[in-house]
Amino acid sequence: MDSSPWVRRTLRAVVVVYLVLLVGWPVSLVAKNAFADGLETFQRAFADPSVLFALQLTAAVAVQVVLLSTVFGVGISLLVVRYDFPGKALLNALLDLPLSVSPIVVGLALVLVYGKNGWFGGALEEAGFRVIFAPPGIVLATAFVCLPLVIREIVPVLTELGTDEELAATSLGASRFQTFRRITLPAIKWAVVYGVVLTLARALGEFGAVKVVSGNFEGRTQTSTLLVEQRYQDFEQGTAYAVAFLLASVSVACIVAVTLLRSDDAAPARRPARPATRPATPSEVDA
Amino acid sequence: MSPTLAERPGRTARERGPAPAAPARRRRRTPNGPYRLTATSGLGLGVALLWFSALALVPLLAVLVETSAGGWPAFVAAVTQPQTAAALTLTVTQALAVTAVNVVMGTLVAWVLVRDRFPGKRLLEVLIDIPFALPTIVAGLVLLALYGPSGPLGIDVANTRAAVFLAFCFVTLPFVVRSVQPVLAELDRDVEEAAASLGATRFTTFRRVVLPALAPAITAGAALSFARAISEYGALVLLSGNLPMRTEVGSVRILSYLENGQPEQAAAVASVLLLVSLLVIATIQLLQRKVARRG
Amino acid sequence: MSIEIRNVRKTFGDFVALDDVSVSVPTGRLTALLGPSGGGKSTLLRVVAGLEVPDSGAIEIEGRDATNLPARRRNVGFVFQHYAAFKHLSVARNVAFGLEIRRTPKAEIAERVDELLRLVHLESFAHRLPSQLSGGQRQRMALARALAIRPSVLLLDEPFGALDAKVRKELRDWLRRLHDEIPVTTVFVTHDQEEALEVADEIVVVNEGRIEQVGTPDDLYDRPANDFVMGFLGPVTRLGGVLVRPHDVHVEVLASVPASDDASSRPGGPVTGVVTRTTRVGFEVRAEVSAGDEVVSVVVTRAEARTLGLAAGVAVRLAPAQGAPTAPAAEPVAAAAPA
Repeated sequence: MDSSPWVRRTLRAVVVVYLVLLVGWPVSLVAKNAFADGLETFQRAFADPSVLFALQLTAAVAVQVVLLSTVFGVGISLLVVRYDFPGKALLNALLDLPLSVSPIVVGLALVLVYGKNGWFGGALEEAGFRVIFAPPGIVLATAFVCLPLVIREIVPVLTELGTDEELAATSLGASRFQTFRRITLPAIKWAVVYGVVLTLARALGEFGAVKVVSGNFEGRTQTSTLLVEQRYQDFEQGTAYAVAFLLASVSVACIVAVTLLRSDDAAPARRPARPATRPATPSEVDA
Repeated sequence: MSPTLAERPGRTARERGPAPAAPARRRRRTPNGPYRLTATSGLGLGVALLWFSALALVPLLAVLVETSAGGWPAFVAAVTQPQTAAALTLTVTQALAVTAVNVVMGTLVAWVLVRDRFPGKRLLEVLIDIPFALPTIVAGLVLLALYGPSGPLGIDVANTRAAVFLAFCFVTLPFVVRSVQPVLAELDRDVEEAAASLGATRFTTFRRVVLPALAPAITAGAALSFARAISEYGALVLLSGNLPMRTEVGSVRILSYLENGQPEQAAAVASVLLLVSLLVIATIQLLQRKVARRG
Repeated sequence: MSIEIRNVRKTFGDFVALDDVSVSVPTGRLTALLGPSGGGKSTLLRVVAGLEVPDSGAIEIEGRDATNLPARRRNVGFVFQHYAAFKHLSVARNVAFGLEIRRTPKAEIAERVDELLRLVHLESFAHRLPSQLSGGQRQRMALARALAIRPSVLLLDEPFGALDAKVRKELRDWLRRLHDEIPVTTVFVTHDQEEALEVADEIVVVNEGRIEQVGTPDDLYDRPANDFVMGFLGPVTRLGGVLVRPHDVHVEVLASVPASDDASSRPGGPVTGVVTRTTRVGFEVRAEVSAGDEVVSVVVTRAEARTLGLAAGVAVRLAPAQGAPTAPAAEPVAAAAPA
């Protein structure tokens, strides 16, 4: 159905205006505000020890969450796709839950269990391990909201892959671990990379859940996003914009990277292939 | 939240899963396990379940337990307390309004991205992903820059209900678009041409042929964007001012209950939000199963 | 005996894939497991390879009990219908995989890979990725990969099933020649009776989880054990309660249909009827004869048809030709005991 030119142009104009007003313009203004005084705002912001601490804390949390999510995500994806066990369908459904739970509810839930008066919190604290109002709580909260990201990337790839290659490796004498390392892992490599990048973006930007569990102590448990809020409300908008710009750049770069990689992935023809290959005829090419 | 990942066809395989009640068939060409659990994989499963429980299941359970501690009257009292009721009403009405906007605009954006060609289309694709990528607090800051007191347009929505609507619109932008886009791209143009050859006008073709095909994707995207809207917090903090009875939303109520040392009331409001999340997940799973059956 | 399968039973849920199957596969021969889809032949092959664990029964490979041996220790070469190519590895690395797992010295691996690639005519493709090969080439690569580990038996699961007709035919001939060159005990699964009859030394007919018959292609074709085997190996028609091949029917033209013909009550005996339809297909003529409650298909050459004057409305007497293989037809459904 090819719409008439004026319908097409109208629709196009509506969409462009909507997106520019909602996203494009506001985002570009933040960039502009951040650079309003040239680099001076940045220099001032990054000379502030609290800012530096917040950035370091955010980075450290993100790294830990990425590691946890990757190990757990790969493991649970393999189990859910390849193995059979009672309760698998339920687990499958529950794995998506963190995606639609409010960050504040996530924070509350963790406080109720790991807080000083929570189910396990008291015992943990007596054992000298503080979770809530301390970095482990921040890691837990961030890991919670990032939980499904790696899994959602790997599971479809693993399902699509099937077991033939793995069984072929087994019949050629490879152990389970050898099969995983030499056959399965290379096949899901890109899915893992996407998952990691998306997790990284999400982990750097988590705000609500972290706000509840961290206590927001400047220089101790204040992450970058919490710092942005506080500085903005304290009328240090320059610092807020500078840090916000930094966070936004990294997150947007992550997403753009995945989008670009993925569209490359979808069009294998554009991938660097070994030269001088005879193009396979359609009948010879199979999915 | 992951709108870009949420509803692509081909990403639904897991949700479909094996149907345990179906008669076991001989496995065909590329079977997907199930392998038998060995000692190692069994241990792995144990560790994974332990981590998942400690991280998500037990805490979410704690919310429900905390809610039920006071019994039904306490729950009702908590959620009907005027300030809370106002916050929940505002959250739900704004979320519904935003979802309606998304159903129309999201479908429209998806349509233009799939069916139209023009320079700069790729840039629009990136714009769609930005709300997903941007830290929510930064999203609030971003909106304030244009629609705040010192915005160049002279429109100031800060501390009004319009701010809530705007923030919801921003963070939920990708859901319907990313859910509809792949379905629309896969849609067989032949069917539309067939409809046209049978004498249908463009509008009739869209309404009777295209829309029904997109309906499950639109619904799934709408469900996700509704769930996201009612649970939003970060994008609102700086923008809406959190004025009691006026611009305060559900998640802010939870936080203030918690900060005032009223975890039971906080849990009650959280349970309401949690219930909606569960309903949304259930809706989407049902839809996917339906779509899968239809092939 | 190279592979000994004893009383193997395998179920998936309440579906019985293999029902107490016992069969011996001789050393150095090319054996086909033939049967309809879903009949259990692939499962049988996978049980032999250790890719499925049987519920009960025993597997012996080369005189060694393999029932509880994991797949990776069976030294079995397995070729999958959809190639199962390791997509991220070059053709050479695919072939080398099993040897690398076995920690074979590098020089030896290189030599063996070269040798095998020459054997499957892929020597100039060594550094390509599987995605750069055609289907037939991928399957030859898969075969080289399976042969690289010097397997005691080679198992092929519908190896040509995913290929188009022409390539399938080529590869089939090539497999036969390859087997004559390297006489490793080979079992391949197929649902194509022509493929089995053409390539195999021996055929095992599998249906509904049971072995129907084991024998050489000639045995099976000429002396089918039952109606299923007979029907599966070629076209059949029902004549006087027995199955016979349509081109094995002796046709005699009558002046008119006898009012009552007691002969037609004899099983396999001559029946009389009227030709209802004739169709010419190339050099043959197919005729449908309505005889009592049976519709018999008959195939004769054009010359015969002309001599007999075979046409619609002509009365004929039909009988199985002298010495033609027949099999008792299964009871008509109506006669079956109520469930």
